[in-house]
Amino acid sequence: MTAQARRRLAWLAALAVLAVAPLVLGTYASATLSRILAFALFAASLDLLVGVTGLPSLGHGAYFGTGAYAAGWVAIHVTRSGPVTLVAAAVAGAVVAAIAGSVAVRARGVFFLMLTLAVGEIVEQIAQSWQSVTGGSDGLYSIPSTELAGISLGDVRWFCWYALGVFAAGMAVLRCIGGAPLGQTLRGIRDNEPRMRALGYRTYHYKLAAFVIAGAIAGVAGGLLAAQQRLVTPADLGFASSVPVLLAVIIGGEATWWGPCLGAAIVVILRDVLGPSLGGHGSLVLGVVFVAVVFLLPGGLARIRIGAGAGPARGTVR
Amino acid sequence: MPAWIDAHFISLLNGLAIGSLLFILAVGLSLIFGMMDVLNLAHGVLFLAGAYAAWWLAGASPSWPQFLAAVLVAGAAGALAGSGLSLLVERLARRSHLDQALLTLGLTLIAADALSAAFGDDVHTINPPPGLDGSALIFGKAYPVYRLALIGLGAVLAAAVHLVVERTSIGALIRATVADRHMVASVGVDERRVKLAVFAVGAALAAIAGVLGAPVYGARPGLDGTALLLALVVVVIGGLGSVRGALVGALVIGEIESLGRAVLSNLASFVLFGALALVLVLRPRGLFGAASGARS
Repeated sequence: MTAQARRRLAWLAALAVLAVAPLVLGTYASATLSRILAFALFAASLDLLVGVTGLPSLGHGAYFGTGAYAAGWVAIHVTRSGPVTLVAAAVAGAVVAAIAGSVAVRARGVFFLMLTLAVGEIVEQIAQSWQSVTGGSDGLYSIPSTELAGISLGDVRWFCWYALGVFAAGMAVLRCIGGAPLGQTLRGIRDNEPRMRALGYRTYHYKLAAFVIAGAIAGVAGGLLAAQQRLVTPADLGFASSVPVLLAVIIGGEATWWGPCLGAAIVVILRDVLGPSLGGHGSLVLGVVFVAVVFLLPGGLARIRIGAGAGPARGTVR
Repeated sequence: MPAWIDAHFISLLNGLAIGSLLFILAVGLSLIFGMMDVLNLAHGVLFLAGAYAAWWLAGASPSWPQFLAAVLVAGAAGALAGSGLSLLVERLARRSHLDQALLTLGLTLIAADALSAAFGDDVHTINPPPGLDGSALIFGKAYPVYRLALIGLGAVLAAAVHLVVERTSIGALIRATVADRHMVASVGVDERRVKLAVFAVGAALAAIAGVLGAPVYGARPGLDGTALLLALVVVVIGGLGSVRGALVGALVIGEIESLGRAVLSNLASFVLFGALALVLVLRPRGLFGAASGARS
């Protein structure tokens, strides 16, 4: 069996297990699984930036949250149809990512870190103050349950399968991009941007394209979360959402297709399932995990390259 | 006075006061970056710790000794925290910017959680010390004296930092370390001590800014994120590793925060991003970004 066939088989096996899971799991666990799937897609979209392109964004929550707001707004005011809300979420995420990216992608190194962080915080402030559309600090609440082809997905199990479908589709898009010439170019930029430029690639356009695609898919993930939670708050846009997802990518190991998803599952379980039993100190746990990962797991982190000419290419994990 | 200035005089003054505070906060962040190439994401939480120190040591209506004690304690604790951070970051000196930023981010999460566990989730308001809690008439308009004092203090500190960095031998060492730390090391100076000192002073200034800002912003959870955001924007606009850039950036952002909210209300956040984008498109290294060497 070739490596590619083995990978495909592993993929299908994982999807099969996830498809059976809602039948076995209880209501709460199925809801958590839906949240993990949304968060895993979010983490995978960030990995397109961090792992594949070498652009470590500290504000990816901005696009996720924008998508969540867009999907929630459409569900409340226009239609409950799942695909429509997700398309709106993708477009909204892509537009905000295009605006922010056209500035951020020009910067490199620490400037890029700072800018993406600042964008995330600014978008959160906008959500706080744009009362008429976003509901201000209360957020958008009582979002109606999603409908797919006329069937209501109010039941937790049905929603979980819907989430699995969206997750699989999003991952498939990301995998296609990773394998396509675009993905190869992005990896080249990560490993040695000056050389790519010398070869005639307009690296700015490629990096911006990666930024927008990652923003669109993060938006879809946000739309999925909005449909699951039936609630969107400004916290979904800012630091409180950008930091855990970066942690998920870092724990899982970037530039692998399963790493960010595994990391997302660990983070969601730490924060949402174990967090409440720790007396609301979920962020404390995340902080400790961050410090521990930085000091104890440097191998997984070492592949990240920011700035130009940061070093020779390391073996890419694919 | 032209009518427009007359109408927004208070906002203009507020902008100066916020700018002074932002300068005290951001100058450390800028120098730490210029010197060590480290993005210190714990800078905002140091500011918040300073604000809580003011509330804890001085209470809601502090006397002068209490307020000064809070400034001293916050400064000392900030210096200690900065030294610790410097030592931890130094261990990651050969790793990527992201690793170092992640370390300070993890410590921020831990510290912010500890602060909200210790002081609760309530908003604490703190009055200025006696004598500064009233308001004065300027051109026929009442204005809080404390904010005038902040503007004055900001000007004095800016002058002091400028003199130290530009006119003393310590300043020369700092500028040299920003420009080329390997050269500084190879002429026999232990550049790690220079970095430690700058990190300690920068962190102490951030904590002191928290105490000084307490009568304006109070002390509440989430203030650390706001402070970090504004300091980052100031540093990006002004240019990394530049004292003059930090001052100009702080005043610009102070005016945008204050005038922008007064004139455009809800659009102020867009203006903040617009200013950031404009500066980066026109001058990618910031207004006073030093290609090599710190300039005051």
